[in-house]
Amino acid sequence: MSATLRLSRRRFLKIMAGGAGALIVGVGTLREARADEPLALLGDQYTQLGPYLRIERSGRTVIGARDPDGGVGTHTALARIIADELDGDWSQVVVLGLGPEVTRANNVVHWRYGHQRSGNATSIPAAWADLRQAGALARWLLLQTAARRSGVAAGRLTCHDGAVITPDGRRYTYGELAGDAAKQAPPSVPPPLKTPDRYTLVGHGAGDVDARDMVQGFTHFAIDEYPAEALVAVVTHCPWPDGKLASIDTREALKVAGVKQVLQLHPDANQPPGHTPIAAGVAVLATNTWAALQGQRKLRLTWKPGAHAKASTSALLDEANQLLASQAEPTHRVRADGDIDTAEKHARRHVEATYTQPFTAHATPEPINCVVHLDADHATLIVPTQAPQQALALVQRLTGLSPSQIDIQVPRFGGGFGRRAEHDFVAEAVLLAKAAGKPVKLMWTRADGLAHDYYRPLAVHHLKASLDRHGHVTGWRQRRASPSALAGRNTPADALWTSEASPNALPGGLIDNFQSDWYALGSALPCGPMRAGSDVTNAFAVEAFIDEIAKAVRRDPLDLRHELLGKPRQLPLPDGGTLDIRRLLGVLDLAAARIDWKHVRRNGNGLGIACHASHGGYCAHAFEVSTRNGKLIIHRIVCAIDVGRIVNPTGLEAQAMGGTLFGVGTALGQAITLKDGQVQQHDFTGYPLARMAQLPHAVEVYAVPSDAPPGGASPVAVPSAAPALANAVFAATTVRIRNLPLLPELMQLL
Amino acid sequence: MPQAQSTPPESITPVAPRKGVHLEINGEAFLHTGDADMPLLWYLRDNLHLTGCKYGCDDGQCGACTVLVDGRRALACQTPMHKLEGHRVTTVEGLSGKDGKLHPLQQAWIDEDAIVCGYCQPGWLMAAADLLARKPDPTDADIDHLPNLCRCGSQPRVRAAIKRAAAAMHKEASR
Repeated sequence: MSATLRLSRRRFLKIMAGGAGALIVGVGTLREARADEPLALLGDQYTQLGPYLRIERSGRTVIGARDPDGGVGTHTALARIIADELDGDWSQVVVLGLGPEVTRANNVVHWRYGHQRSGNATSIPAAWADLRQAGALARWLLLQTAARRSGVAAGRLTCHDGAVITPDGRRYTYGELAGDAAKQAPPSVPPPLKTPDRYTLVGHGAGDVDARDMVQGFTHFAIDEYPAEALVAVVTHCPWPDGKLASIDTREALKVAGVKQVLQLHPDANQPPGHTPIAAGVAVLATNTWAALQGQRKLRLTWKPGAHAKASTSALLDEANQLLASQAEPTHRVRADGDIDTAEKHARRHVEATYTQPFTAHATPEPINCVVHLDADHATLIVPTQAPQQALALVQRLTGLSPSQIDIQVPRFGGGFGRRAEHDFVAEAVLLAKAAGKPVKLMWTRADGLAHDYYRPLAVHHLKASLDRHGHVTGWRQRRASPSALAGRNTPADALWTSEASPNALPGGLIDNFQSDWYALGSALPCGPMRAGSDVTNAFAVEAFIDEIAKAVRRDPLDLRHELLGKPRQLPLPDGGTLDIRRLLGVLDLAAARIDWKHVRRNGNGLGIACHASHGGYCAHAFEVSTRNGKLIIHRIVCAIDVGRIVNPTGLEAQAMGGTLFGVGTALGQAITLKDGQVQQHDFTGYPLARMAQLPHAVEVYAVPSDAPPGGASPVAVPSAAPALANAVFAATTVRIRNLPLLPELMQLL
Repeated sequence: MPQAQSTPPESITPVAPRKGVHLEINGEAFLHTGDADMPLLWYLRDNLHLTGCKYGCDDGQCGACTVLVDGRRALACQTPMHKLEGHRVTTVEGLSGKDGKLHPLQQAWIDEDAIVCGYCQPGWLMAAADLLARKPDPTDADIDHLPNLCRCGSQPRVRAAIKRAAAAMHKEASR
C-alpha cells in the first residue's frame, strides 16, 4: 500500500504501510548522483524515497538520521526536527543512522535521502528545509485517522506527546493509530508546518540519543565490528607520500601464527586524493588484530622516495617568506577595494606582522578503519564516513557493481573533522578485499594515521595596516602563502585559491582600501579539509593583527573592533550575499560582557578577545589567562555563538565547547613537520592533544537566541578561539605569539 | 571384539590442567590459552568482543583502552595477558550492576551529556571509576591528573560528570 503526495514539482513524500501495522513516512529532496550540481538545476528530476520515520504499534518511533554523526550531534538534532513536527513522544524515539541509498526513476538514479554529509555545517540547514515535512505529514495522517475513529473533526483535535487528544479528553496514541494512518489517503496540499510558538522539542535541550549505549560500551563503531571470516588488514605506508616500495621481505611476517597474506597497495595516479590509497603501502592480513600487528612489525621493507625526497617544512617556510618579501604577482588576487598603494603612501604610519601556522593533522579519536565484504554481485561495507554518497560512488567505481548492489552502513564514528570526507581508506579496504577474496577489516595504527593524512595547509600571512594620524585604519594589505587544500583534486588551477581565502572574509568590506592576495605554495604533503578549513588560519592572522594595531595606536582591542565593524547593518558580500554585522557585534559584545572586559585585571591575568563569522554562523571568544612558573594557565574561556534558531541547545553547547577546545588544543601544541620528505610526528608525544590539566574547568558558552533559520555549528566555534587565546597571552605577558603552535613559542619568548 | 571393561581402572592419570592464563573479566572466569604476550586490549576486543575497550594509540598515551585490574586503573594495550593470571579485570561493559543499573558515573555522563563523539569515553569512565574508588571527593587537581586524551573537547563536561557522580555516590552511601 503506498501513495505519493505531490508536495511541489520538486518534492514528493511517500507513505507506506510497513509490517505489523506500522506507519512509514519518507521524504526527500533528491538529487542526481552528481556530486556538486546545485539542487535548483535538477528541476523535475526529484523523486521519492525511503523511510525516515516508522511508528510501531507499541508507540516506539524509529527515526532515520540521514547525516552521519561522528560527534557533531546530527543523530539527535535531525531526529528532534522530525519528532517536533510529529508531536511525537521523545522518550519513545529510537534513532537509526542511515547509509546512502539510491532509487531509480525513469532510468535516472537518485539519492534516496537527499542531503547526506556531516561536518561542514550543512546538515541542520538542509534538515530544516525538508525534514520537517516528514514529521508534519505523519502527524496529519494520524490526525485524520483519529478524526475518523473519534467522530471529531480533525480541526478540533490536538496532538501531544505521541497521542491525539479529543476536546472531551479521549486519547488515541500514535501507536494505535499508526496502522490505519498508513492506509489514509494523503492530503492534496502539503500539511502546514508548525509555527515556532508550538515547538516542543526544537529549542529545548536534549542529550545525545546514543549516550546510554556509549557509556556502557555498547555502541558499535566500525572498528568494533568483527564480521565472520574477515581478515584484519594492518597497513604500513611509505614514509614518503609520493615514494615507492623498494624491497620487501615477508618471510618473518608470514611466520606469525594467524598471518595469512601480505599484499601491496599502489595509489592510482589518475585518481585524485581521497579516491585511491594515500600512499604506497603494504598490508598484513591476519585472522586477528594482534597477529596482523605483529606481522606488520616483522615486515622487512625498504622504500624509495619520490620527487620530494628532500622536502622540509623549514624550506617551505623559507619559500613562503621569500615569496611574501618579493614583489611577485600573487597567484590570485582574492579581493581589492579602493587603492591600497595610495593609502600606504599617504599613511602616517604602518603596522606590519607575519604569522606562521603549521600543517595540522585531524588525529581522529577512532583510528582509520573500514569493513568490506565483497560478493560477485554484492558489496557490504561498514564505513566511518562523513560523506556516504561519495563512498558509495567510489565503491561503485572500484567494484563495477551498481549502486543498488552496494550496501554502505554508516555507524557512529569517533570524530571526523574532515578526515572522513576522504575515502582513501575505503579504496584500500576494497582493493584488499578483492585481492584477498575474503572480507577485510582494514585498520591503520595511530602512527600511520598521524603520518598519512590530508593536512590543514601550513600558512604564512603577511599583514600591513595603514593608519592615518588619528590612528584610524585606512588601508589593509593581506598576503597569504599556503599550499591549496584542493591541490591535485581535479580542481582547475584558477580555483585552487578558493580553499585558502575568501573575498567575503572580514575585514574586507570594512576598510576603504583593502587588498587580499594568495600565493600558492607547492606541498609534498597531501592537504585537505579540516574542521572550518582556512577560516582557522585566516582568523588567527586577522584577529591577532587587529590586536597588534590596537596596541600600536593604544586603543582598546574591543573598541577598535567596534570601530572597524561599524554600525549594525547588512554588509554586502562580493558573492552576492550579506553578512549581518549586527549579529557579529552581538556575539562580540556578549563575550566581552561575560568575561567582564572593562574590568581591568590587576592580578597578572590577561584578557583576549576575537570574533569571526563563518559557515553561516557568528562566534566570539574571550579568554582570561596568566603564566605562572613558566606555565600557561587558561582561567576562563567565554564563547558567544549565534547560529540562528537553536535546534538543540545542549548539542549546540557541545559543539561550541568542542570547537573551542579543538581550536585551543590545536593551537597550543600541534604541528606536523616534514624533514627529508617525511612526516616527523608518529604519536601523541610528537603531536600532543590538550590534556585535562591544560584546559579550563569550563567553556562558558552563551548561545544567542534567534529567529533566523537554523545553521550548523561544528566548525563555527573553531576559528576565533586561537586568536583570542594568543591575544590574552599578549595581555598577560606582552609576548606576542605570531607563530603556532603557541606553547613552544611562548616558552621560548617568555 | 574387545570386552567392555566391567571394572574401573585401578588408577586414573589426571589430565594436566589446560595451560593458560586464568583471569576474571566482569565477574566471569576466563582461560586464555593463546599467545601470553598478547595485550589484554586484543583479548578483550578480538576474542571476547568486549569492544568498549578502545584502540586509540600504539603506546599507552591516549587512555582509550583504560580498564580496571583488581579495581585499579590499567591500560589494556600495555598489559600482556601473562601478567593477568589470577587477576580481576573490569571493562566499561562491567561497570554497571548485574541488574543493569547504571553506575553513578555512567548516569552522570548521560546527565552531563559528556559524549561528543564518544570514542574515548569508556576510557575516561574507567579512569574516573579508579579515581573515585581512591578519592571519593576528588579535587579539580585530582581530575587534572587523569591522563586520558580527548580530541573533541569533552573535558569540561567530563569534569562536571565526575563531580556529579561523586556527589551521587555520597548520597547513595549516606542513605
